[in-house]
Amino acid sequence: MDLIAIVQILDSTLRLATPLLFAALAGLISERAGVFDIGLEGKMLAAAFFSAAFAFTTGNVWLGLCAGIIASMFLSLIHGVASITFRGNQLISGVAINFLAAGLTVVIAQNWFRQGGRTPTLTGDARFPRLNLPFADALRDVPVLGPVYSVILSGHSILVYVGLLCVPLTWYVLFRTRFGLRLRAVGENPAAVDTAGISVIGLRYGAVMIAGVLCGLAGAYLATGLAAGFVKDMTAGRGFIALAAMIFAKWRPWHALGAVLLFGLLEAIANRYQNIDLGFIVLPAQFMQALPYVLTVVILAGFVGRAIPPRAGGEPYVKER
Amino acid sequence: MSDAAHTLERPAGAVPPAIELRGISKAFGPVQANKDIHIRVEKGTIHGIIGENGAGKSTLMSILYGFYKADSGEILINGQPTEIPDSQAAIRAGIGMVFQHFKLVQNFTVLENVILGAEAGWLLKPSVSRARGLLKQLATDFGLNVDPDALIEKLSVGHQQRVEILKALYREADILILDEPTGVLTPAEADHLFRILRGLKEQGKTIVLITHKLREIMEVTDNVSVMRRGEMVDTVRTSETSPPHLAELMVGRKVLLRVEKHPAKPGPVVLDVKGLRVVDDMGVERLRGIDLQVRAGEILGIAGVAGNGQSELLEALAGLTPGEGAATLSGQPLDVTGKSSDGYTRRMSGVSHVPEDRQRRGLIMNFHAWENVALGYHHDPAYNRGAFWMDNPAILRMTEDYMKAFDVRPPNPALTAESFSGGNQQKLVLAREIERGPELLLVGQPTRGVDIGAIEFIHQRLIELRDAGKAVLLVSVELDEILSLSDRIAVMFDGRIMGERLPEQTDEAELGLLMAGVTEKGAA
Amino acid sequence: MSNRRIPNWADVVLVPLFSVVLAFIISAIVIWAIGEDPWEATKMMVQGAFGSSYGWGYTLYYATNFIFTGLAVAVAFQARLFNIGGEGQATLGGLGVALVCLHLPWPHWSLALVAASFGAALFGAAWAAIPGYLQVRRGSHIVITTIMFNFIAAALLNWLLVSVMRPSGSMDPASARFPPEVRLPRLHEILDVFGIPFSRATPANISLLVAILACVLVWYMLWRTRLGYQIRAFGQSEPAAQYAGISPFRITMYVMLISGALAGMMAINNVMGEANRLLLNAVEGAGFIGIAVALMGRNHPFGVFLAAVLFGFLYQGGAELALWTNIPRELIVVIQALVILFTGALDNLVRIPIAALFARRRRS
Repeated sequence: MDLIAIVQILDSTLRLATPLLFAALAGLISERAGVFDIGLEGKMLAAAFFSAAFAFTTGNVWLGLCAGIIASMFLSLIHGVASITFRGNQLISGVAINFLAAGLTVVIAQNWFRQGGRTPTLTGDARFPRLNLPFADALRDVPVLGPVYSVILSGHSILVYVGLLCVPLTWYVLFRTRFGLRLRAVGENPAAVDTAGISVIGLRYGAVMIAGVLCGLAGAYLATGLAAGFVKDMTAGRGFIALAAMIFAKWRPWHALGAVLLFGLLEAIANRYQNIDLGFIVLPAQFMQALPYVLTVVILAGFVGRAIPPRAGGEPYVKER
Repeated sequence: MSDAAHTLERPAGAVPPAIELRGISKAFGPVQANKDIHIRVEKGTIHGIIGENGAGKSTLMSILYGFYKADSGEILINGQPTEIPDSQAAIRAGIGMVFQHFKLVQNFTVLENVILGAEAGWLLKPSVSRARGLLKQLATDFGLNVDPDALIEKLSVGHQQRVEILKALYREADILILDEPTGVLTPAEADHLFRILRGLKEQGKTIVLITHKLREIMEVTDNVSVMRRGEMVDTVRTSETSPPHLAELMVGRKVLLRVEKHPAKPGPVVLDVKGLRVVDDMGVERLRGIDLQVRAGEILGIAGVAGNGQSELLEALAGLTPGEGAATLSGQPLDVTGKSSDGYTRRMSGVSHVPEDRQRRGLIMNFHAWENVALGYHHDPAYNRGAFWMDNPAILRMTEDYMKAFDVRPPNPALTAESFSGGNQQKLVLAREIERGPELLLVGQPTRGVDIGAIEFIHQRLIELRDAGKAVLLVSVELDEILSLSDRIAVMFDGRIMGERLPEQTDEAELGLLMAGVTEKGAA
Repeated sequence: MSNRRIPNWADVVLVPLFSVVLAFIISAIVIWAIGEDPWEATKMMVQGAFGSSYGWGYTLYYATNFIFTGLAVAVAFQARLFNIGGEGQATLGGLGVALVCLHLPWPHWSLALVAASFGAALFGAAWAAIPGYLQVRRGSHIVITTIMFNFIAAALLNWLLVSVMRPSGSMDPASARFPPEVRLPRLHEILDVFGIPFSRATPANISLLVAILACVLVWYMLWRTRLGYQIRAFGQSEPAAQYAGISPFRITMYVMLISGALAGMMAINNVMGEANRLLLNAVEGAGFIGIAVALMGRNHPFGVFLAAVLFGFLYQGGAELALWTNIPRELIVVIQALVILFTGALDNLVRIPIAALFARRRRS
């Protein structure tokens, strides 16, 4: 492996980590409020399709982004109605949402574009352009710092930077604002929030809808930034890897960034090399694909520091008599 | 009944009462929880509301705090008709509530819990510093000392309760409602609470104290209202009443305090426990070395304030909670470590167990009565055919017998457990645990949530079991029950046995001291 | 509170029925919205699935898969465990079948079927046992672990088929073909014995009978044996189960082993009965359909059987629909999602009005 390869791998790590980052933060906010969200995958997928479809039809990627966010929020709303209003099982609701998105995107794509469940390829303004950071060209030839800045950090679509900004933003909102305090409280003990005169239902809906927005960004980036259009099942388990990253990070924003970068790196390596020869053992690419899931199981099992989810997670709130 | 029957006479033109309820009714399906309730709580007083479990006290207070909407009736706060559709409205009306089960976020600090829902702005920092100042003030004013930066999960129960009171005061509550505040407190902590409440009263706050303990009413309240089966029976001045009078109002007839029984004829030692310790999941030592003996043909009553280790004692002896120490049953070693025993093996060795919480542990509410009869005895050869199959008809026949013998109504084995009343559910559990003729019966709170008729029946059955030469270990927080059933009484405090007394040589006062951790040698 | 005031028959029949009707109404709206006629589509699906013995054959073939995975989810639900890993367990079951069929000589299909069932059950059970063990002993949530295990199973099989089991010279990521001796009798061969003519082109095979037998056995196990009693007691109330001396560890392990074994046994139908070799992604989502089937069938083996046939019909009918109209096969995934949503997560949407209706009737 030479320096160029390493730079390229890190560059693609950042790109591959971005949808995971949005989705992991979405799951983090929802679960911090006590609503389990295994429907990240479905919401991303729906957003990917609708953003690509609208970006193609209007020729404007920003309109596509809006459409993607709205689609994802609509699924969030279903999740909220089922698991908050009707106190249904949050896990089952998440499963349903994943299938709803998997089915509907293809049915609608076929109906609108008749290309076998995909959108036409996006070009020009229908995609997010690469954004060059200031002085990227000037610094290109500086050793080490040059490639790090101008290749790895610069030259991504704007959503990558939005994603990176979302990390401190999420941290700030969760731990420094009134909304964050209430949100964390409702995930730990909704009765405390209720008796304090704040609406448990309102807070949880709020968290679920924010998760919808973030999943919308994740899906839109996938279809209009990372790729150039929607194809069937294009999320390919990324929602679950994001879920894994969220658990890996123990529901903390900065750690989530670390986790998605690690998982992004694994994907980047697996994409580039078929097998990795470590000298004494050859790791197949499939091993790299499975690694995020294996790591999550290990973390969940508490072999390396225990992951304890928010205490009221998964339980619909019922007032005690 | 007229309005005047429920409320104290008051001179015309006086300060309006802090709370006045007029004709409040509330039904949950077919259950009438509150029926035409009238009550006046005068400003600057401590007003007790007393009644048995299920008398409708908590429902009434939940209506006042906006948790439930009354079906009919009117609420007046300081003489003003007030609508309380939610907790926010209650807080606005100056009402603060301290629930029996605290509503605190365990991994938040005291400050964070206090400001939750009453923050000064959208940023936390100003709210926190404002609260810190106010908390210091309240601590000096009322003796409400708590470390503002401590995590709730690190605080004792008594301190957590103070946080609840602080929450209410931070929201500038003028009316403070406390629902069974002493249930989880040691007597010393309870006394401290009462001092705080008197201090608050002197500052002009109005306090409503909900309890089923007569002692507290007599000690701390100015006026007391009695509820019975959803109705407000009477309101009297505390100074003009007496415990027997209140007790009579509560249950509606003279209480039979003594159960008819012959003197016990204790036989050989059945259960012998030495140095039993239990450490809970949080690492807290709940039992700190218990030594006790129960003989054949006697009832050993364990008295104590709830939460002093009685539950852990029962569960460890029943093989449900791992402990350390030594125990024998009729001379045979009895495993209390939970390593080589569980609820089933314990039963087979002759120990039956009527658990404290029958709806959670003792019965499966969605199972038929007959399926519940097999619970814990499902390995019994009489209920099985061969290695795998259960003999459902045999279980059904046994259930019919049990229902006849224990007068379970309705006597229908196919009904689910949840369709029986509390008393009949308990009879079903008792039948299952007694009819197999155990050597030792462990009983926890046998008459909690059970109607009067069934209480007598259950007490008689326990005496009969004793007279049949069996050993009975009875845990109850009802001192009357302990005094009337036990042949010997052991008092537990803070995971230890403080002393043993004979019922005919002791009284509630002496037991009360022991329950508070006070021995002859002086305060513990 | 509301769920207590509703008669048993309404709970078992009325609530799921209304939920499914709601799911179908919304599916019809979807069909209408993409410019097709829902009524025509329904007719075409019924015709395609039940109009010929060819349709019946495929319907029953799919139903066989769904019975196994549905039972797997239902048994776990009875112990209040949500086994979402049927997909991975069925994948591993396929591996078990392939190993048995490829590496041992079999004189007759019947012996091979017994051994393959055993191999499939063993591999599926093992794959489910690990998440079960991690939940009771290490406290990791079984839903998350089984999801993770689905992906790990997929990667594992991918590697095995690409690097280990692929015959030399073949470009397909698939195992070698099974020997002809282990070919299972197809449904038409069985029906021939009774003189009933049946399409020869369908993959429905003797596994269907094994699946039906599994339904009966699961019912018997749950309601007539001591193990079943303990499973149900554990699922209804864990504290009461502990009180009765029912070990959470043992029951969780037994349930996950049974559940995983059932999911794994699906492989005798799709791997041994149909493909005759191990393919990538052979399970095709049947593990997830098991969730819908179990929810719709109210976790009762008879309900699971009916729901599995219904989903078999949807799959076959949907395939026909995709063939003759512009409605893609994924419409079935939409219907499946709606069934899970309405019978599972939005149960109260139907239950509360029905309970209110009964309450009003009682009062008058």
